[in-house]
Amino acid sequence: MGADLCHLSIGELGALLREKKVSASEVLEAHLKRVETLDPKVGAFLHVNAEQAMAQARHAQELLDGGRGVTALTGIPVGIKDVIVMDGTPSTAASRILSAFKGTYDATVVRKLHAAGAVCFGKLNMDEFAMGSSTENSSVKKTLNPWDLDCVPGGSSGGSAAAVAAGFCPVSIGSDTGGSIRQPAAFCGVVGLKPTYGRVSRFGVIAFASSLDQLGPFARTVADAAHLLEFMSGFDDLDSTSVDRPVPNYAAAADRGVKGLRLGVPKEYFIDGMDAEVEAAVRGALAELEKQGAKLVEVSLPHTKYAVATYYIVATAEASSNLARYDGVRFGHRAKDPKDIFDLYVRSRGEGFGPEVKRRIMLGTFCLSSGYYDAYYRKAQQLRWLIRQDFLEAFKTCDAIVSPVTPTAAFRFGEKAADPIQMYLSDIFTISCNLAGLPGVSVPCGFTSKSLPVGLQVLARHFAEETLVQVGGAYERATDWHKRRPAL
Amino acid sequence: MEYEAVIGLEVHAQMLTKTKLFCSCSASFGDDPNANTCPICLGFPGVLPKLNRQAVEYAIRTGLALGCRINGKSVFSRKNYFYPDLPKGYQISQYDLPLCSGGNLKARVLGDDGRVAYEKEVRITRIHMEEDAGKSLHEASRDIRSSLIDLNRACTPLMEIVSEPDIRSAREASAYLKELRQVLLYLGVCDGNMEEGSLRCDANVSLRPKGSEKLGTRTETKNVNSFRFLERAIEYEIRRQEMILSTGGTIVQETRLFDANTGETRSMRSKEEAHDYRYFPEPDLLPLVVSEAQISDISARLPELPEAKRQRFISDYSLSDYDAGILSSDKVLASFFEKTAKLCGDAKVAANWIQTEVLCEVKDVETELPKAKVTPETLAALITLIQKGTISGKIAKDVFGDMWTSGKEPEEIVKSKGLVQVSDEGELAKVIDNVIAANAKQVEQYKGGKQSVFGFFVGAVMKATQGKANPAVVNRLLKEKLG
Ligand SMILES: [Zn+2]
Repeated sequence: MGADLCHLSIGELGALLREKKVSASEVLEAHLKRVETLDPKVGAFLHVNAEQAMAQARHAQELLDGGRGVTALTGIPVGIKDVIVMDGTPSTAASRILSAFKGTYDATVVRKLHAAGAVCFGKLNMDEFAMGSSTENSSVKKTLNPWDLDCVPGGSSGGSAAAVAAGFCPVSIGSDTGGSIRQPAAFCGVVGLKPTYGRVSRFGVIAFASSLDQLGPFARTVADAAHLLEFMSGFDDLDSTSVDRPVPNYAAAADRGVKGLRLGVPKEYFIDGMDAEVEAAVRGALAELEKQGAKLVEVSLPHTKYAVATYYIVATAEASSNLARYDGVRFGHRAKDPKDIFDLYVRSRGEGFGPEVKRRIMLGTFCLSSGYYDAYYRKAQQLRWLIRQDFLEAFKTCDAIVSPVTPTAAFRFGEKAADPIQMYLSDIFTISCNLAGLPGVSVPCGFTSKSLPVGLQVLARHFAEETLVQVGGAYERATDWHKRRPAL
Repeated sequence: MEYEAVIGLEVHAQMLTKTKLFCSCSASFGDDPNANTCPICLGFPGVLPKLNRQAVEYAIRTGLALGCRINGKSVFSRKNYFYPDLPKGYQISQYDLPLCSGGNLKARVLGDDGRVAYEKEVRITRIHMEEDAGKSLHEASRDIRSSLIDLNRACTPLMEIVSEPDIRSAREASAYLKELRQVLLYLGVCDGNMEEGSLRCDANVSLRPKGSEKLGTRTETKNVNSFRFLERAIEYEIRRQEMILSTGGTIVQETRLFDANTGETRSMRSKEEAHDYRYFPEPDLLPLVVSEAQISDISARLPELPEAKRQRFISDYSLSDYDAGILSSDKVLASFFEKTAKLCGDAKVAANWIQTEVLCEVKDVETELPKAKVTPETLAALITLIQKGTISGKIAKDVFGDMWTSGKEPEEIVKSKGLVQVSDEGELAKVIDNVIAANAKQVEQYKGGKQSVFGFFVGAVMKATQGKANPAVVNRLLKEKLG
């Protein structure tokens, strides 16, 4: 069976496991083998914990053999973004300053996955501390886009997206602070879902911007993403911002169809300078949804033009504070022979953080400093509220909002690395969703002439992840973009 | 020119919760370094704070006791600064929206004679909650200079109680702090141990020309940890500022430290290098919401506070203001008194015995009294023995001494030592006859009108009966016999 196991959905894999046509160990071994042979090309994994994973696979097999406590995830290999802390496993957020750090506890989401019988088998590359849109900021290595090895996989969850696209794991977990799940999903031609803020516990997620970060699944199909989301979601006593409300059976929504659904098309999201092929693919997707009985309505999100600026103030302010704990006193990296404590801080942080992280710490520190707080941070909070209001207003006339995920398909390495502003603008369609705390999904909706994937973004009301699954599922059934595989 | 001191105090009180403010580690003092730590209070990557509800209740209790308004919604903020024993690089505190606002405390300021000279009302600005930092230990004795960090105290819950600058003297400041400490002890929210740092005080001091309304430039003296040091630090700071101002100098706004060895304060850092804390709302915690019902529930369970107890002692037991002040000054002492008074039925006698004999024996009421071998029950039994005439007051003092060291019941001591008072007239008459016969000269003096000799006869009878004679009977018989 071997390599064939690496292109199945978790629905298909789960059926094989439950019917005993294949064992959990065989499934894991097939994926480990593929990672071993092909990841040197892609660079998705930072660390593979084969031994721990084998133990988990054996445990999953016991469950399967016993026929008790078996879930849709039992025996399914899951890749984990390195921003998530796992007990006894390197958890570095792809930063030099944490290069020696091993988790001393499991993040809540890891605990939940273990409880469901999933096999968490490795840590995936990312932009350092989740700051970036191309995974070029990883302090460890580059991850390449499986569709075109000269192109970036997107970021910051580039490793998580590339791993699913390349067949290294059927599903993976990423984090989304300003589009870090949806944008790499679009660039790599997979499904990426960012849940409502508060839906998934952040306990054990190395914080970038606490009020924006949210974990979510990558998968090859909408239903797979929905399955994974169900297991990740729910109230966590350890995370005060997690929300206590029931977790629906998200996957069930995939078959509901879109007949009668009103889909909002924001006029601010179809902008000049947008890649014509991307626009054509997205317009094509909208036409398909209309054909299936959805009604397209124009909506307006008037504060969109402030979103990127607002985001970079809020996110960097929180990041500057969240990253203060990496001071050279603990977690491994410390400058040699410091003169005094100040020297220890300055040089350890100087050596440990990459340029993008430093840029954001400085920006955030500036925005919060006395004399500038009102002009920047307070203003940004006010705008954040207005951006949220825009969405609440739009959702009075529609059930979901559809748009492109990014203005262009995956770009080439180095293309935007020298110009941070250009890089920041590539997140223009994804950022507002985080500021408003909304859920959003990216589903494959076509390819450019250079065979690069294009993504369709669907946004919904708070806690209406089912709507995302419903729209994404309907579109997916009518098309076969998600069935294409990159040649590696 | 005459100057007036303007003083405000910021008091940090560690709350007596079992666990820390944002994790479930023990908040106890004195354990092995870093024994009480977990990923959360160590600030490990990925962890999030979880608010301790007990601490919230304690802070509300304190706010209510000090007449504060409890804010239905308060917000935690991050106070960002680098310090090796601050694990997260920020401290979670409350900033512009604290849990309690406003309030006041009446302090009893002592005069030179040690008696209450006047009452001083000090307004409270706010009470907010925050987490403590850890502790650095610097080792200079090794070859390499090294610093060790103990994070047991990191994340333990503190209340910061900030006063308005209503205080005018060192004595008022220590009176305020004493009263505040008592309130905290009465509420059971803080152990008040200043040596261990459970209660710490920063003093903001400035001077202005007497009669002026404008505030002068202030200095902040950090972490003063005893009443005496507080008085000395403030006195020193007033003198220092007075000297500078009277010679035409200007005060530099700065943070100072009190050196207990020299009795002086010295500069720690100036305003120029003061921190910019970059406060902003803590995104990992939702705003703290407390309902009216919660507040009234806590309010209903508030214990009697020192001031109310003092008033009640005056009205219920007819104690003097002074006696009531002493006996209500400590929760343990107050309950010792009330129990004794109830058991013996004479509050005044109980008050006297406690103030003279009991307080003579204990230096620290809070720690020593609960462990004392004399209890309200045995003390009341002793007083009852006097009331019944079984022993004299004088004998009772000896019995008390025995009780204090042996812990025995007073009846047992009286019986075993044969200390029962002699009231038998026949027996006493014999002794008196002997005394009169043996002291003819003094009889003559007495009969010649020298009344003061009477005491000599009483003393002689007491001596002959080893103090066991009932003085009332002795007095009466002596008067009869001497005519
Ligand atoms: Zn702890």
